[in-house]
Amino acid sequence: MSNSKILANGVDVYYGSKQALFGISMDIKEKEVTALIGPSGCGKSTFLRCINRMNDLIEICKVSGSIKVDNEEIISEKTDVVSLRSKIGMVFQKPNPFPKSIFDNVAYGPTIHGLVDSKNELEEIVHSSLKKAGLFDEVKDRLNEPGTSLSGGQQQRLCIARAIAVNPEIILMDEPCSALDPIATAIIEELIDELRLNYTIIIVTHSMQQAARVSQKTCFFHLGELIETGETNKIFTNPDNTKTQDYITGRFG
Amino acid sequence: MNNSIAKEKIISLRKKRSLEDMRFKYYGFTAMCLSLAVLVFLLYTIFSKGYTAFQKTIVLLEVDYNQEVLKLTPDSSDEDMEKGKFFRVKKQAIENFFPDLSKSDIKLVKKLFSINVDKEIKDYFLDNPEVINTKQQIWVTAHSDVDQLLKGNLRRDVPEDRRKLNDIQLSYVDQLVEENRVKQVFNNFFFTKADSRHPEIAGVAGSFMGSLFTLFTVFILSFPIAIGASVYLEEFAPKNRITELIEVNISNLAAVPSIVFGLLGLGVLLNVFGLPRSTPLVGGSVLALMTLPTIIIACRASLKAVPPSIKEGALAVGATKTQAVFHHVVPLALPGTLTGTIIGLAQALGETAPLIMIGMIAFIPNIPTGLTEPSAALPVQIYLWVESAERGFQEKSAAAIMVILIFLFMMNAIAVFLRNRFERKW
Repeated sequence: MSNSKILANGVDVYYGSKQALFGISMDIKEKEVTALIGPSGCGKSTFLRCINRMNDLIEICKVSGSIKVDNEEIISEKTDVVSLRSKIGMVFQKPNPFPKSIFDNVAYGPTIHGLVDSKNELEEIVHSSLKKAGLFDEVKDRLNEPGTSLSGGQQQRLCIARAIAVNPEIILMDEPCSALDPIATAIIEELIDELRLNYTIIIVTHSMQQAARVSQKTCFFHLGELIETGETNKIFTNPDNTKTQDYITGRFG
Repeated sequence: MNNSIAKEKIISLRKKRSLEDMRFKYYGFTAMCLSLAVLVFLLYTIFSKGYTAFQKTIVLLEVDYNQEVLKLTPDSSDEDMEKGKFFRVKKQAIENFFPDLSKSDIKLVKKLFSINVDKEIKDYFLDNPEVINTKQQIWVTAHSDVDQLLKGNLRRDVPEDRRKLNDIQLSYVDQLVEENRVKQVFNNFFFTKADSRHPEIAGVAGSFMGSLFTLFTVFILSFPIAIGASVYLEEFAPKNRITELIEVNISNLAAVPSIVFGLLGLGVLLNVFGLPRSTPLVGGSVLALMTLPTIIIACRASLKAVPPSIKEGALAVGATKTQAVFHHVVPLALPGTLTGTIIGLAQALGETAPLIMIGMIAFIPNIPTGLTEPSAALPVQIYLWVESAERGFQEKSAAAIMVILIFLFMMNAIAVFLRNRFERKW
């Protein structure tokens, strides 16, 4: 078994006076895909956004508890959010490429982090990132065209390329396929399967089938609580909790 | 039975609703036509009154550049040439303008010419010194009264004592027309000269430059401050009582009457800091204060319109807040920001009251060349001309309104162009 990559312990999240997460504890292993499932508003996206401190953007959001990434506490004033986010990439629900060229979209991260010294190096990173995201062959002749001119699925893969260009160890995906058609979804799922070899991936999804297809571990959230977590096979075939059972079989949510 | 009644009710209601639709469409159409008609009427009045200002009347005058009268010789140096007695040449030319003029008639004829004629005779000579001791036919500017008469603005049927030109002068003008010694040409003075007491040589160049310098000051002062303030308020400021108070007061400031800003300029900029009165520097500073809230509000609106997902995307790859804002949010908001700024500048261009308070209403007969030179501004110039009793200034003020309108249209065109040019879709 591989090591713990992320270790959450008693994470509480409040939006103003409303509590959104109740004492979430979770152990996420390295180089695995972990799926977070649950009905809308159950807090799975909130939890995901705690891991790279995206919740900082929401002023009324207060996070307490402990999340350790590689044994380093990240829920603290002292955490360097910028270096944390360069280690933990994120892909959003709606593809959000910058309104710049395809090349610049991928090159932005490496440039601001100073990962490259020369133009050639930058080009190499951009090309390899696009290759890893399975997009290179489709766009290699039009790297200077705006990223927004691509189709939805391509845009999402561009966002994945943008995330992996800064060489992260963890990739967070917040319903990456909810805005895509089945074919684009299938391509992204295949890609996630490949990426698993090099990255630790946490994916929030509404699609039970998707969770079953791409993940090794599944965590079921309900009303801000983590109900059950375990091997995906087990969760989908023989869950311990009746709530999980009901959700998976489509009895609610 | 019951069913059919219900059906009828539905149908009648549907008719009523579609009628409502129709009515509203016509209301809207009428409102639009009405405002369009008012606009057309306004433009028509201005153009029909003002277009004559783009023409001036010139008179053919025979000038004898006799060296004795001029007290010059063909070998005189340039400096001496400057000092030539050109007024004597002019006097002679007017005395001989019509054959056998009596002394009292000479006085009357003299009034048919612009005060600028001396200078025109001199300039012609300085440009062509070889004309010494020759007689030259020169077209010189006519007096505004002659100009107005020929343009049909001066009525002949009013009693002589209430007319600018008396019967003798009228007969002389008629004689000139008959002999083709008078014509109307493009009025270059209107675009090259500053204000003057004499309508025929008054122009908008001085106030145009004054407005340009003022707007330059407004832009330099307000654009960076507005960008800074709106970026801070929109992206960095914590949401608390103090920022809320600031936000409310920016909106309040946008509604403060402009004359109050003029008083502020008078009290603080002129009296406390001792900046030079009547200058574009002070005028621009006052107008910058006045337009700042407008520009800040427009900038904040355009910053707000940038989808947050773009900023999130930048932050997620590890950009700092400043990088995310200045690499992504600000460039995307730039078209809206520029449009807002230009609209603010357009507002500043048309503003009169604060400029009056800081003394830009003074009579300035020369064209300013810098920010610290006294100058007029276009709207104030219009105000001054409208106030003038001279008939010749009426068409001038209408023409100046045309200039300011064209200036405004151009600024708006630039705003539209910038918006289309830099707007990016996502």
